[in-house]
Amino acid sequence: MEFLIGITVLLSYQLLGEVVVLVLDLPVPGPVIGMLFLFLTLLVRKRSSPTLDTAAGSLLSHLSLLFVPAGVGAMLHFQRIGSEWLPISAALVFSTLLTLVVTALAMKGLQRLLLRKGAVHE
Amino acid sequence: MNEVNLNTLWVYLSASPLLGLVVTLLAYIISYRLYEMANRHPLLNPVALAMVLLIVLLLVTDTPYSRYFEGAQFVHFLLGPATVALAVPLYQQISKLRALWSVVLISVMVGVLFAALSAVGIAWLLGASTETLLSLAPKSVTTPVAMGISETIGGLPSLTAVMVVATGILGAVFGTRILDLLGVKDDGVRGVAMGVAAHGIGTARAFQVNAQMGAFSGLAMALSALVTALFLPWVLKLIGLTG
Repeated sequence: MEFLIGITVLLSYQLLGEVVVLVLDLPVPGPVIGMLFLFLTLLVRKRSSPTLDTAAGSLLSHLSLLFVPAGVGAMLHFQRIGSEWLPISAALVFSTLLTLVVTALAMKGLQRLLLRKGAVHE
Repeated sequence: MNEVNLNTLWVYLSASPLLGLVVTLLAYIISYRLYEMANRHPLLNPVALAMVLLIVLLLVTDTPYSRYFEGAQFVHFLLGPATVALAVPLYQQISKLRALWSVVLISVMVGVLFAALSAVGIAWLLGASTETLLSLAPKSVTTPVAMGISETIGGLPSLTAVMVVATGILGAVFGTRILDLLGVKDDGVRGVAMGVAAHGIGTARAFQVNAQMGAFSGLAMALSALVTALFLPWVLKLIGLTG
């Protein structure tokens, strides 16, 4: 029952998100708005619930499984991927690895900056 | 006679969505077991392995993707509630986030902008078509969001999905090693970098390292999805890629 209630809550927030996106004609996918609403709800309530924790935990523990069906769709694009393999693979590899580096360095730098500022204030 | 029976059975099963669903789960379970048996060697990434197994299976049995997806869509559908579920780990890390929120938010914005522009820039320099460029732009965010954005900006959502998965696998396979090479030891920083660069697949990898890296990765992934969905369409318009 716990899981059932939890998953119903998640689906309801997704539905709410989809409706808001549709009504306000937002360029943002519905589940993202749903996530935002759920997050705000938790902030206001100041606590999560065991049912929600159970459902979210079990969905997120095998998150990578959920990407498999979309990934298999690669077979639809063999031709395009074959003819544009160089730009596609170069963009994927370098952009992904450089994004890791840039993000990590940005956060490290910002933390250091903040720390120094804190030290000055003291 | 036996062959006739097998044939009838195959015709029946291949027309039912059940088969697509079961083979997806089986392929993932087998891949995951192999991954565990290989001591979680990053190169044996379960998503990549399951994808290869399934594509080979579909090609060998001459099954079109659309028929496979009739069954697999039940798994794919769960990406929606899973995206909503990210609010929970996000909330659980709120105390850490409160102290760091401006740092995390700015880092995510820098990372997201860099991810999209570098992917589009590199592919453009090497002569990719506009459709491919637009499909690549949202590659660093989680699939349902990326597919939605791709559709909005005029890319091919199913091609975007493939790029997203490939990005996630690359991040999961090489991410921790690159962060080691950079000398980044803080789990918060490692998690944020992983979540921005490699969304859910990177987050799954981060949770295997430890809970704190996973939580920050999930947080960064959720924020990236939001920031990308809000700003990418305008950024692409600004650089003249979309009308």
